Amino acid sequence: MSGLLWAIIKTLCVILLAPLMAGWVKWLKCRLQNRRGAPPWQPYRDLLRLSRKNVVIAESASWIFRMAPYIVFSVTCLAVSTVPVVTVQLPVAALADVIALVGFLALGRFFLALAGMDVGTAFGGMGSSREVTISSLAEPALLMAFFTLAMNVSSTNLSTVIGELGRRDLTLYPSLIFAAMGLVLVAIAETGRIPIDNPSTHLELTMIHEAMILEYSGRHLLLMEWASMLKLTLFSLLIVNLIVPWGVALTLAPADLAFAALIVTGKLMLWGMMLAVSETIQAKMRLFRAPQYLGLAFILSMLGMMSHIVLEVR
Amino acid sequence: MISQADLGWQSLSPDTATLVQLFGEAGIVVREEFTGESAIAGAVHLIDIENGDWGRAAEVAAAKRVRWSAVWGEHVPPRIDVFALLACRNGHLLLRTHLRETGGSLPSQTPFYPGADRPERTVADMLGVVFTGHPDGRRWLRHQAWTENQFPLRKEFPLAGTPTPATPPDCLYPFREVSGDGVYEIPVGPVHAGIIEPGHFRFQAMGEDILSLEEHLGYVHKGIEKVAEGRDVWGLARLAGRVSGDSTVTHCWAACQASEAALGVGVPKRAAFIRAILAERERIANHLGDIGACCNDVGFAFAHAQCARLRELWQRDNRLLFGHRLLMDVVIPGGVRRDLDRAGIDLLREANTRLSAEVGEILPLLYEYPSLQDRLRTTGELTPKQARALGALGYVARASGECWDLRRDAPYAPYDGMVVTVPHCLEGDASGRVRVRGDEILVSLDLLEELLNKLPPGEIAATLPTTHAECRGIGLVEGWRGETVAYVHLDGAGRVARYFPRDPSWLNWPTLEAMIHGVIVPDFPLCNKSVNGSYSGHDL
Repeated sequence: MSGLLWAIIKTLCVILLAPLMAGWVKWLKCRLQNRRGAPPWQPYRDLLRLSRKNVVIAESASWIFRMAPYIVFSVTCLAVSTVPVVTVQLPVAALADVIALVGFLALGRFFLALAGMDVGTAFGGMGSSREVTISSLAEPALLMAFFTLAMNVSSTNLSTVIGELGRRDLTLYPSLIFAAMGLVLVAIAETGRIPIDNPSTHLELTMIHEAMILEYSGRHLLLMEWASMLKLTLFSLLIVNLIVPWGVALTLAPADLAFAALIVTGKLMLWGMMLAVSETIQAKMRLFRAPQYLGLAFILSMLGMMSHIVLEVR
Repeated sequence: MISQADLGWQSLSPDTATLVQLFGEAGIVVREEFTGESAIAGAVHLIDIENGDWGRAAEVAAAKRVRWSAVWGEHVPPRIDVFALLACRNGHLLLRTHLRETGGSLPSQTPFYPGADRPERTVADMLGVVFTGHPDGRRWLRHQAWTENQFPLRKEFPLAGTPTPATPPDCLYPFREVSGDGVYEIPVGPVHAGIIEPGHFRFQAMGEDILSLEEHLGYVHKGIEKVAEGRDVWGLARLAGRVSGDSTVTHCWAACQASEAALGVGVPKRAAFIRAILAERERIANHLGDIGACCNDVGFAFAHAQCARLRELWQRDNRLLFGHRLLMDVVIPGGVRRDLDRAGIDLLREANTRLSAEVGEILPLLYEYPSLQDRLRTTGELTPKQARALGALGYVARASGECWDLRRDAPYAPYDGMVVTVPHCLEGDASGRVRVRGDEILVSLDLLEELLNKLPPGEIAATLPTTHAECRGIGLVEGWRGETVAYVHLDGAGRVARYFPRDPSWLNWPTLEAMIHGVIVPDFPLCNKSVNGSYSGHDL
């Protein structure tokens, strides 16, 4: 029972702290551009502001448009619940299957894309079409990276993978390095960051994720925005815990958990810095370069898989 | 390196006298000598031709690669005067013809000069002049704001207009349509997601490829030409400074130049120098801001922040020395309002040195930054041929090899005593436009240095005559967007009878439609920003 409680607390913590992660990256980006920048907790204020606003719904909107924010948000929350944050010893660990995770994300994206097209504006349709194009390329690369990890530890369960990798000594596995590189590229694309998408643009014609949620307002927009911050946090957690699994608690002892929480916070902050630097030093890619970029991600993951089979299978 | 001879029309086009002679050979009756009321003062060569020769004259000029610059009309009851400005190698030729108030028509010049399309439609909208043989019969500027048979620039039209409680919806403009499998239409604007001026863009696209783009402007029509009527020259200068806020010095200078020419007033040398200092400062501020904005449009926010910072510091100096960040109302008829003292000159020198050092660091970085240049290069290519055909101006033209700059080619004081280098390239893409503008910052910094060093002593404003006869004048100024024209007609009581400002945007907006072929939808904002036409200056 206490394990289940821990799992719920963990998921709630991630949901509540997700805006801080988004704000942290934004603040760092501002500092890197020599600007003062809004404080990292600015996203909370934004969400609060949205919660106080009325919802405006287009006349042509159907139930999909109204339901989508709730579906997208709750599916993303479910996805978050499968990712081990500070410990691998949770009763829900059995749920934490990478294929289920990819499935949750795909379900959310399906409704997001539908909602983009629902109202019938040109921008929404354009955004959905771009999102689906990108994710149809990102998904195989993501799965391939996961499979490489899975083959390494003979499990598709995230808790098992992280636990197993965390228990090993520091050894250089070529397959894991390739898979990590693939995972990072996919994570950047999936969370709509530069160089694939620009989360802070006002130019309708260049948007991907923002174009789909252009028609949303008030609490609907709040849920959509929160869900995208959650997604950023989710992928950040995946990256820091899969690539650098050390520090994740292998038991449920409070001291271990506290220590692991400290470590994971540090890792996330570091990852946020890397993200901010990478977004500052490069411009957004041309849309038609995205397939090459994701092709690279797929090939890297594929190389990881092959090097595992060739070099590491005993 | 491209030699001057390869570049554009001006080395190949005839001078004004030769063109007039060519008109004569083509059977066009030309009247040349004017005095008094019918004369137009300013750096133009005026000729009168018959109505029927209007199109023929354009045909002759176009065949000789003369650049078309502007068309406008004026209601002088009981007739309407129509003017067309042509740019020759050594200066401008102004064509004029007189029309009857009703039932008068003119052969269109658009078949020979595509750039004349919208300006001629505007003359038709505002004055009721019929252009025969014009390929496009749609209204341009007035949208639904007033009825088909009302012409606001006619004298009988009331200054307050005839506003209705609600303007009919603007949904009847017949856009070009493209049909076929998978072709869809994207309407963008006039209200945008960012805080920018309103304009409507209609894309026909297939997937992400743009098949065609059509602009529809006129949403910020403020009736500037009409409200100018009845003002004195001081009021006119204030109004001209507000034609387009980013070009306030340029338009103000052009209007003052026109008024001064009309009144026969000479501007003191010191005032001319200070005007040039203001104009170069305006050029630098806008170039800085737009280079940053181009980078921001491709998600390279770092450059945007840096350029915005430099521009801000630059404009604070404007405020300190001239009382206004954008330099509004510093140029006045007869001279300038503010003088520069020793300390002011030192401060400007210091600002130059600081900016030189900063742009010297940032520009080479932007020119060669791979992920940025990957977006800018080959995006929105305007070929030299297209630029020439449309009569593109300013950096848009110069990035496509059409190397034309009034400061060098038809210099006015104080540029007549200076050597102005004109940066240019042949690529015609967004990268080329950014590069030309960056290089222009460096040239302007040099010019500023020279202007500050040579700043002559003396008066900063001439006195205007209190009484004068009816008179007309033309002003031509190279603003940061390009060649800017102002036509001013003053009546005997010192009031403005007609003011026409021609912003370079009139000729640069159509280049955007031309350069967009083969571009993908998400690259449009970059193309638009790299041209940066003024909506306000165009819509008037």
